[in-house]
Amino acid sequence: MKHKLRKRIWLGGLTAIVTIPILLLGAMAQSGDAPGADETPQTSTPHAPKVNGIIPGSATADHSKFEELQVDFPDGPSVTAACLSCHTEASKQIMKTSHWTWICHRAKALMLKENKPAIGKAEHIINNFCIALASNEPRCTSCHAGYGWKNKDFDFTDETLVDCLVCHDQTGTYKKYPTGAGHPVYAKDFPDGREWPKGSGKMMSPVDLTNIAQNVGTPTRHNCGTCHFFGGGGEGVKHGDMDVQLDNQLGLPHRSLDVHMAADGANFNCTQCHTTKDHQVAGRCFEYGAYDEREFVMRGIETNLLACESCHSARPHPVTSRVNEDGEVRELTWMERSRNSKLNQHSDKVSCQACHIPTMAREKATKMWWDWSKAGQKDENGKGIVKKYDVKGEQAYEYHFKKGEFIWAKDEVPDYIWFNGTMKHTFMGDKIDDVTPVRDKCNHEHGRFDKIDLDKPVVWINRVETGYDDPKARIWPAKVHRGIQPYDPVNKTLVIPKLFPGSGDDKGEAYWKCFDWGRSITAGMAYAGLEYSGEYDWIQTEMIWPLKHTVAPKEDAVQCLECHSRDGRLHDLVGFYMPGRDYSPILDWIGILMIVGALGVAILHGLLRILLGTKG
Amino acid sequence: MKRIFIYKRFERIWHWTQALLVIVLALTGFNIHYGWGVLEFQQAVVLHKIFAWCFVVLIAFAIFWHLTTGEWKQYVPGRGNVIEMAMFYLFGIFRNEEHPVKKTTLSKLNPLQQLSYIVLKILVIPIMVTSGFLYYYFNDWGVVGIEHWPLTPVALIHTIGAFALIAGMIAHIYLTTTGHTPLSNIRAMITGWEELEDESD
Repeated sequence: MKHKLRKRIWLGGLTAIVTIPILLLGAMAQSGDAPGADETPQTSTPHAPKVNGIIPGSATADHSKFEELQVDFPDGPSVTAACLSCHTEASKQIMKTSHWTWICHRAKALMLKENKPAIGKAEHIINNFCIALASNEPRCTSCHAGYGWKNKDFDFTDETLVDCLVCHDQTGTYKKYPTGAGHPVYAKDFPDGREWPKGSGKMMSPVDLTNIAQNVGTPTRHNCGTCHFFGGGGEGVKHGDMDVQLDNQLGLPHRSLDVHMAADGANFNCTQCHTTKDHQVAGRCFEYGAYDEREFVMRGIETNLLACESCHSARPHPVTSRVNEDGEVRELTWMERSRNSKLNQHSDKVSCQACHIPTMAREKATKMWWDWSKAGQKDENGKGIVKKYDVKGEQAYEYHFKKGEFIWAKDEVPDYIWFNGTMKHTFMGDKIDDVTPVRDKCNHEHGRFDKIDLDKPVVWINRVETGYDDPKARIWPAKVHRGIQPYDPVNKTLVIPKLFPGSGDDKGEAYWKCFDWGRSITAGMAYAGLEYSGEYDWIQTEMIWPLKHTVAPKEDAVQCLECHSRDGRLHDLVGFYMPGRDYSPILDWIGILMIVGALGVAILHGLLRILLGTKG
Repeated sequence: MKRIFIYKRFERIWHWTQALLVIVLALTGFNIHYGWGVLEFQQAVVLHKIFAWCFVVLIAFAIFWHLTTGEWKQYVPGRGNVIEMAMFYLFGIFRNEEHPVKKTTLSKLNPLQQLSYIVLKILVIPIMVTSGFLYYYFNDWGVVGIEHWPLTPVALIHTIGAFALIAGMIAHIYLTTTGHTPLSNIRAMITGWEELEDESD
């Protein structure tokens, strides 16, 4: 009796061990459980709440009824004065933000405390697009949230010079003139509009300030995009994850481009994540990370929701059930549970962005290479050369005599970096290394979209000083913008050329006027008050732009093999062991030899036995 | 010719389950290692984990069985020596010499088997199980305070162990053909009964 019982227990257990793998294999074959295979791609999320800031009727004040705004405003500052008559603190708040100072407010706080330099476009910062602000103001400051910053004499304390409309206009008709130092086109100056670009015959109409002032509201993607979609001097030039394809006024983006901002989906505004308090917009600035801790936060208590984890937590993939598009709760299959728990474990070293932003510049090309040294070429008639080329169905500048040579990328796999939120910058005046060739510093300092010469030096305009061992660092996708720009080989500093003429006494020295780099650099450096030896040369530079916008729908996420394979996306990100990518060639060969050897010996031994007719 | 009952029911089920698990673990494992195979990467990873857990359960049963039945004594070296066995497979077998160690119900393993299976059971499998679980639960190393260990050696040990297991399995399968008839050993592992030559009685 006892014996029989024991036998039954044994047999039960054993049967389970034998049948489980078989059942699993069967289930596998049956379900074809590819990621999202059972989740049909969708074009909208009907159940998603509308959480945007442009719900009609959501405001309690109708600005068109205010007497103060029933005025024929001559210019921007007069509108601001009217705004301030009610919103008395608005300009004071704006003046504390980097939208006004062009200095990182977090850096400023540290500057006062720890004597760190104030950094921002207005000071110390240099890039490898249009290089620097100093001496080029009226062009650059067409994106300043103010009026009239055309040179160093701009009055940063005049409250009426704050531009309320660029952020709050809801008519979509407010546009700053590209070289107007922040002013739009006024009817009093240009009743028939003002030509832009010069010589094109196209006119920018004067703005209807009264209508705009009466139609103001919380900023939409279009408002932020007025400047941020055009960083670097043109659409999509700078970021690689921000362009007009996100503009709500055009009914964009599509869900495939951005699952949060999708016009037919959740329709997030920028401020949904870039939360704002007293006009201070949360965000990363230069060396300072967007957030300190990536953790789930309680809305209303924390002001910063910039980390994906702020809403999604650090274990975002469901391991029990999930809500379907139709609102039904569905139990997950064992395969999904196991997969998702493994995916959750990735979140300690892999950023959400790495998998959920599958490609950069998905719907509009972004600039990857800018070689200033090639600028200035003219044809036999003395006319500046301009060439365009096809970038996946889009015409993009290949060469422009004012700016040099370009390479663009559209819908391409980004670079991947270790990133902990902070960066180190090479500031104006910092000594640079113009000797060490790229290949001696780094083994992968060249991309698919540049002409970097590995035997020449490269200056990292910003860099991430972190790696696998930093518990705060994770693998991030990044657009890396490379180029060639002027520097001072004697002082070993990057230099600031005066590019845009403007209206000052030195306007003839601007490169876009005289096409003489020596003169334009002398003028730019003199304006900025920086030391310049009088000699210039060209140097390769590189600037990193971590990607975080354009989060794709889950069905478009990067699949395992894209990275867990020998020539995958993370091929160049060395210093740690990754399954599927890494292996020891020696051990693998020894292993293969062992198997081949065992087979060989068995075959030889067997053949001998057969030939000799021995037993068996 | 004589038939003796040599492999008990548990032994046979255990043996074939283990064989199946080693094969599917190898298939899924190399699917992950080389990035190709019939399965997608994530499917291979998930199945590899589940098969590994099955293996652990099987090992627990096997240890219990060996201890409670006293079968562990089969692995205690005693009769004959390994060199003698090796010489038989290298030379004697071709001259139709008699197998140097008799197989009985009470003592079914020859010294070469004893050595191989001891190495397998107390060295290779424990190393594979340990390295495998360390590998899979890499993210939880902090729980036991080893979060600063590098993953590389763990991964490499697990990989070379897999190669070794496959090579060993090939040799093992080949050696089954050296019984009374080429299939008599395999038949014995299926039915439990083995045909032995008369003179060995």
